[in-house]
Amino acid sequence: MEFFKIKKDIPFMSYGRLTTTISLVTFLLSVFFLYSKGLHLGVDFTGGTMMEVSYPQAANLDSIRKSVDEIGLKDATVQNFGTSQDVLIRLPIKPGLSTAQLSENVLKALSATDPAVKLHRVEFVGPQVGQELYDKGALAMLFVCLGIMAYLAIRFEWRFAVAAVIANMHDVIIILGFFAFFQWEFNLTVLAAVLAVLGYSVNESVVVFDRVRENFRKMRKASVPEVINNAITRTMSRTIITHFSTELMVLSMLVFGGEVLHNFALALTIGILFGIYSSVLVASPIAMYLGVSRENLIGGGSRKRRQKSTHCLDRIEAAP
Amino acid sequence: MNRYPIWKYLLVLTIVVLGLLYAAPNLFGESPAVQITTTKANLKVDQALLASTESILKQENIPVEALFLDATGVKARFANTDTQLKAKDVLQSRLGKDYVIALNLLSRSPEWLRSIGARPMYLGLDLRGGVHFLLQVDMKAALDQAAERYVGDFRSALRTGRLNYLGVSRDGQTVNIRFKDSESLQKAQKALEREYTDLTFKAQDRGDEKVLSAVLSEVAKKRIQDFALKQNIQTLHNRINELGVAEPVIQQQGLDRVVVQLPGVQDTAKAKEILGRTATLEIRMVDEDKSNAVNLENAAKGQVPFGTDFFTDRNGIPMLVKKNVVLTGDYITDAGPGMDNQSGGAVVHVNLDNRGARIFKQATRENVGKRMAILLIEKGQAEVVTAPVIREEIGGGRVQISGMANTREATDISLLLRSGALAAPMEIIEERTVGPSMGEANIERGMHSTMWGFVAISIFMIIYYMLFGSVSVLSLGINLLLLVALLSLLQATLTLPGIAAVALTLGMAIDANVLINERIREELRNGNTPQASIHAGYDRAFDTILDANVTTMIAGIALFALGTGPVKGFAVVHVLGILTSMFTAVVVSRSVVNLIYGYRRKISKLSIG
Repeated sequence: MEFFKIKKDIPFMSYGRLTTTISLVTFLLSVFFLYSKGLHLGVDFTGGTMMEVSYPQAANLDSIRKSVDEIGLKDATVQNFGTSQDVLIRLPIKPGLSTAQLSENVLKALSATDPAVKLHRVEFVGPQVGQELYDKGALAMLFVCLGIMAYLAIRFEWRFAVAAVIANMHDVIIILGFFAFFQWEFNLTVLAAVLAVLGYSVNESVVVFDRVRENFRKMRKASVPEVINNAITRTMSRTIITHFSTELMVLSMLVFGGEVLHNFALALTIGILFGIYSSVLVASPIAMYLGVSRENLIGGGSRKRRQKSTHCLDRIEAAP
Repeated sequence: MNRYPIWKYLLVLTIVVLGLLYAAPNLFGESPAVQITTTKANLKVDQALLASTESILKQENIPVEALFLDATGVKARFANTDTQLKAKDVLQSRLGKDYVIALNLLSRSPEWLRSIGARPMYLGLDLRGGVHFLLQVDMKAALDQAAERYVGDFRSALRTGRLNYLGVSRDGQTVNIRFKDSESLQKAQKALEREYTDLTFKAQDRGDEKVLSAVLSEVAKKRIQDFALKQNIQTLHNRINELGVAEPVIQQQGLDRVVVQLPGVQDTAKAKEILGRTATLEIRMVDEDKSNAVNLENAAKGQVPFGTDFFTDRNGIPMLVKKNVVLTGDYITDAGPGMDNQSGGAVVHVNLDNRGARIFKQATRENVGKRMAILLIEKGQAEVVTAPVIREEIGGGRVQISGMANTREATDISLLLRSGALAAPMEIIEERTVGPSMGEANIERGMHSTMWGFVAISIFMIIYYMLFGSVSVLSLGINLLLLVALLSLLQATLTLPGIAAVALTLGMAIDANVLINERIREELRNGNTPQASIHAGYDRAFDTILDANVTTMIAGIALFALGTGPVKGFAVVHVLGILTSMFTAVVVSRSVVNLIYGYRRKISKLSIG
C-alpha cells in the first residue's frame, strides 16, 4: 500500500508567499488571543488549591457551593469534572490564611452535609512555588530553543537553525493561542507537552533540511527552489505517515487517558497538526529567504562525513 | 552486504533477554505486605527478628506468602489485605511498640528475579496514591533565633568579664550593645571578638551612647542555615517513622526546602499534624530521695509521690523525676556522638550556650552523685531519653553523657537531643494528595492509552509496509520492553505523565522506522536491487534519525534539568525512550531484516507494500 506516488516535484516554494501569509495570520491571531484573553493558568502556576472529590450519586453543585461559602471561601469555583459524580473545587490563594489547612476545612464542611463524599486528589501550590514553576517553564523553553539552534547551526548552517526555530516557535505560539482562545487550563503537564512538541517538530525540519543538503550534492544543476521542492516532495510521504502514527498514539491518550492527560493530548494534537505544516511550509521558505545556497551548505558540513557519504553514493550507483 | 557479524546478533539477543528479565517483575503485580523496622538504637533488625516474626505468624495461623529480610527491614507478604491487617495488629502487639510495623506493597516476583536485582518500576505518588509535601524552612526565623541566643550570651559574658554596659537588644539579626563611653565599648569589643569569632563587630557613635553592633558573618549564617535544615530533616525522619510509612522520601531541595513523600498515606490531616508538631526537650533531676523500691512500685500502679513524675527510661529502668525543669532544649547548641578518651566507650557530647552552661554548672554542683533525666516531650507525652549520673560539677557548657551501649545508640541519642524540636519553623508550600482509587485509575488510563495506541500503530504499519511493517512493529515492541526494563532497573519514578511519555515516545519512535522504510522504497523505485536498497535505506536514514533524535533529546534534557514533579517524570521517560528507540529502530530492526533477507541469494521482490 502506498498513499503518495508523486512523480513530479510539487512546487512548494512558489506557494511560499501564500503559506507564509497563512502562517503569519494564524500566528498573529494567536498572539492576539494570548494578549486579549490570556492563558487560563492552572494552580501549578498561579498558586492556590485544587480539590477533586466524588459522590456515589450525581453531585449537588449548589449545596457544595453553599458549604464552601459558609466556611468563608467566597471565591471558590465549583464545577463538574468528567462525570456528574466528580467535582472539582478551586480555591484561590488568600493572603493571611493558612493554605495548608484549607483543603481539610473544605472536606470537613463537605462531609458535614454529605458524609459519602470521597477525596480523590488535592493539589495545593503556594504562591512562591507557582511563580518559580512559571519562571522555570519559561527558562526551559528558552533553553530548548537555544540548544536546538546551536545544534542545527553546527550540524547544518545558521540559516537552517534560525528557520527551524522560527517554525517551531510558530507552533508553540499557535498551541498557546488555542489554549488562550478556548480557555483550556494550562498546567505543568501541558507545558511538558508543549516542550515535547518543540523537540518533535524540529524533527520535521531536520528531515527536510537533511534532504536539502543531500540534494545540493546530487542535483548539481538545479536551482535552490527546485532543490527544496524535491526535498519536500520526497520526504512528504514519511512526514505524513510519521505524524499519523504519532497522532494515533495521542488520540489513544485523548480517548483513554482521562482528565489528567486530556489537555496534554490536546496540546500534542495541535502541535502535531501544525508541526507538519510549519516544518514544511514555514521553515523551508524562511531558509530560502535567508539565502541558503549550495556553497554555504556544502562548506558547512564536516569534511569526513562528506567523504563517507560520497563514497557510499558511488557504490550504490554501481550496483544495478 | 546485509549480514551482521555473529556477535552483533548475539548482542541484540542478549540485550533482549536482559530486557525480558528486568521487565518481568512488572508482570507479577504486587501483594499487600508488612514491613518491620525499629526506631530504637539498641534493637537490631536481623535474622533473630525474622525468626521471631515467622514463629509469631505461625502461632497465630496467619498464612504468609513470603518472608524475608533485606536492607530496609523484615518483610512479609500476604495474599490479601485482610490477612495483612490482621498480621499487622498481631505483630504490633507481640513485638511491642519499639518496632514500627508499616503497611506496604511488595512485588510477587519470584526469589531468583529479586536476587538479580530485578524489581518492578517505582511508581510515583499519582499512581500509587499518597501525599507529597514541599516544606519551606523559615531561615529568617532560624537566624533570628540565633541572634536572640547571642543577646543572652553577651549579657552573661559581659557580666562575667565585669564589663559595664547599658543594655543588649536585638534588632532583626543584629545584636546591639549600648555603652556609656567608648572606653568600655572598646574593652568589651576586645573581649567579645576573642570569644565570638563568627560575628563581625562594628562600633557606632550615637551621640551620648556608644553602640557596638554584632552581625553574623556570611559563613556563620550559612552554617546556621545548614544546621537548621539538617535538624529539621532529622526531626521529620523521626516523626515519620511513627506514621509507619513503608518508603518515605525526605529530601533536601535547594537551600531551604524539604520534600516529603509519603506513599500510601491517606490521612493527610494526621500527616500534617505530625509534620508540624513541635517537640521540646527538658532536663530535670531524678528525685533520688523518693526513688526507693516501695515508692517506685506504688508509682507504677499510679500513686506518684507529690512533685514528681514517674517514668521508665528506654532500658526499662523506672524512676521518679522532679517536676521542676532545670533546662530546656533551647539551650543546646549542638550534640554529637564521640568516644570517651579514658574508657573508650561511646559517649554523646552536648554543647550548651552560655546561659545554659551557667545553669548547668550550678545544677551539677548541687547534685553530684544523682541522676539527671533528659526528657523528650511530644504531643504532651514525655519520654526519658537517658538519665546519666552526675559525677562532678560541669562548667563551660561542654557536657559528656557516657554509658551508651554502642556508637549507634550514641548517634541516635545525639540526634534526638539535637532534633527533638524543629530548628526553624516550616511551612507547607506545596501539597499533592492522590487517593488510592485515583492512583489505580491513573495506572489503568495510562496503560490503556499506551496499549490501544500501540495496537493502532501496529495495524497501520503492518498494512502499509507489510513484512517491513511487521519488523518495525517488532522493534517497537522491543523498544517498549527495553524502556520498561530500563525504568525498572534504574528505579526511576514513573508518574502518569511518565506513562504518557512512554506512549508518546513509542509514537515518535516509529518515525525512525518510517524513515528507513520510505527510504528503501525510494531506492527500489530508483531501480536499485533489493539488497542494495535495504543497505542504502538503513545507511542513509541513519544520519537523519540521529539528527532528529538529538534535537528531541535537547528538549528532553532541558525538561529534566528545569522540570519538577510531573514534568520531570515526563522528561526521564522521554530521554530514556529516545535512547532505546535509537537502538531498536536501527540495530534491532536491521538485524531482523538481515536475518530475513541477508542470507538469500536471489530476491526478486521485497515485502514492503
